[in-house]
Amino acid sequence: MLTTESLKKIDREIAKYPPEQKQSAVMAALAIAQEEQGWLSSEAIEFVANHLGMAPMAAYEVASFYNMYDLKPVGKYKLTVCTNLPCMLSGGVDAGEYLKQKLGIGFNETTPDGRITLKEGECMGACGDAPVMLVNNRRMCSTMLPEQIDKLLAEFE
Amino acid sequence: MAILGALNPMLTVGLNGDKAWRLDDYVKRDGYSALKKILAGKMPQDQVINEVKKSVLRGRGGAGFPTGLKWSFMPRAFSGDKYLVCNSDEGEPGTFKDRDILLFNPHSVIEGMIIAAYAMGAARGYNYIHGEVWEVYTRFEEALDEALAAGLLGKNILGSGFDFELFAHHGYGAYICGEETALLESIEGKKGQPRFKPPFPASFGLYGKPTTINNTETFAAIPLIMNLGGEAYLESGKANNGGTKLFSVSGHVNRPGNYEIPLGTPFPILLEMAGGMRGGRELKGCIPGGSSSPVVPASIMMDCTMDYDSISKAGSMLGSGAVIVMDETTCMVKALERLSFFYYEESCGQCTPCREGTNWLYRIVHRIENGQGRADDLDLLGSVTTNIMGRTICALGDAASMPVQSFVKHFRDEFAYHIEHKKCLVPPDIQRAGSGFFKATV
Repeated sequence: MLTTESLKKIDREIAKYPPEQKQSAVMAALAIAQEEQGWLSSEAIEFVANHLGMAPMAAYEVASFYNMYDLKPVGKYKLTVCTNLPCMLSGGVDAGEYLKQKLGIGFNETTPDGRITLKEGECMGACGDAPVMLVNNRRMCSTMLPEQIDKLLAEFE
Repeated sequence: MAILGALNPMLTVGLNGDKAWRLDDYVKRDGYSALKKILAGKMPQDQVINEVKKSVLRGRGGAGFPTGLKWSFMPRAFSGDKYLVCNSDEGEPGTFKDRDILLFNPHSVIEGMIIAAYAMGAARGYNYIHGEVWEVYTRFEEALDEALAAGLLGKNILGSGFDFELFAHHGYGAYICGEETALLESIEGKKGQPRFKPPFPASFGLYGKPTTINNTETFAAIPLIMNLGGEAYLESGKANNGGTKLFSVSGHVNRPGNYEIPLGTPFPILLEMAGGMRGGRELKGCIPGGSSSPVVPASIMMDCTMDYDSISKAGSMLGSGAVIVMDETTCMVKALERLSFFYYEESCGQCTPCREGTNWLYRIVHRIENGQGRADDLDLLGSVTTNIMGRTICALGDAASMPVQSFVKHFRDEFAYHIEHKKCLVPPDIQRAGSGFFKATV
């Protein structure tokens, strides 16, 4: 189900916790599985659960609780825009509207070519750099005014 | 780097250049000297805790609980496993200070944690890092590797016989995990739903063992306190409000960013450090301690000093030190609508008053904002908040209610105008210009 490389990464996470507490690595293991496969299918969640010796439902609970897991396929690039108040005061909501218009999609939708999924996010803890966006859960983009957004979208070709 | 200014800094001294976060650089800044002194002199655990008590360091995560007192709750005689946890799940809207501490000075947190672990006899610790800041998580892991290689972590630290292992745990997007027992559940590999207290973590924490949880900035202050002495640290702030603090300033200012100032510094000075109001406009209101703290109108805010007691007297909370500045272009109904949506979205769903109540709060404010408010909606909002507050396991319900109560109290006319005229008091084009996104000026 997962590559040897992913399994190695998961083992490194398991080693952070006491031997009888393998379940503690479930958040990291799900993130690693999602990173490899683009999203978390039921099969992937079950595989992770079995690997950690926990009930698949318990792993599913975790996958569905935390916002950054994707339980449905997303585009090659997932762009999460923070629209919370501090970002809003510096253009976060405007940035979301600008992106919707440019891409012709709404929040939680993917462009027809499967390239970009747009999401509305909650506070990312980077309000001083507002408006902020996150690409594929990893790359934080700061001060995203129209010019910077255009540049970012051009990278996504 | 986003630490943009400081007055009499302690936490952010010497953080210049790309390599300031490295172990070598930290050691050059006198880093790990406090730990070395404690270990070499075999300082008694009580003495460490007493020094922290004397400093009147108050938890920097939001609650402001005295750190030394919290440490003294850990059962010292307990012979089994004990844990130490750092709460870097920084998701309170407006707050972004821990991110910078971990990016630019990670070893100060590591040193603070080792000292804390020594004082409380914990052999294992975790730093729980906010999901959205991947760069911070990888940076902290690199710093841990450096500390381990230098013999500052692991078995027999610096030949002292003291063992402490420290790991990073990466969150994945849940505001509620900033609540300490939800955070513990999350480390255990579960949904982040807060636990009923008591028992408190000091007796039943991670994996059911005695555990102490402190904020990132709190740990970063520990080496300073041990080097300066508790009393000198206290004197650098103001009575009952020891030390300096990082304030994250966001919203309608010219230079949003982090600023380190002594507790007790007047708000207008902080505002000036942040470049003043964007476009020279007037301050309308300020949320002084993160989105959960009550909003304070401009006239009261300008008379406040930035410390726990003064902000509390102004009817709000210093919280995490996240100062959200709003100018005259802000529609207060819209601002509250966005905050109410946040709490509705992030309620963990465990307690009925919060799960249902946050939804109601959002729906009512949403309909007022969208011209469908009803005459009795403001009373209804008040009644929903009083039925949430004090009736939930954790503070999220209160955190959702306090903004609603304070926005309606201080800007009642604006809410009433919305309901009566079915539109904003602040014209939409002025609001739009206020964000600066389209480069328009008012």
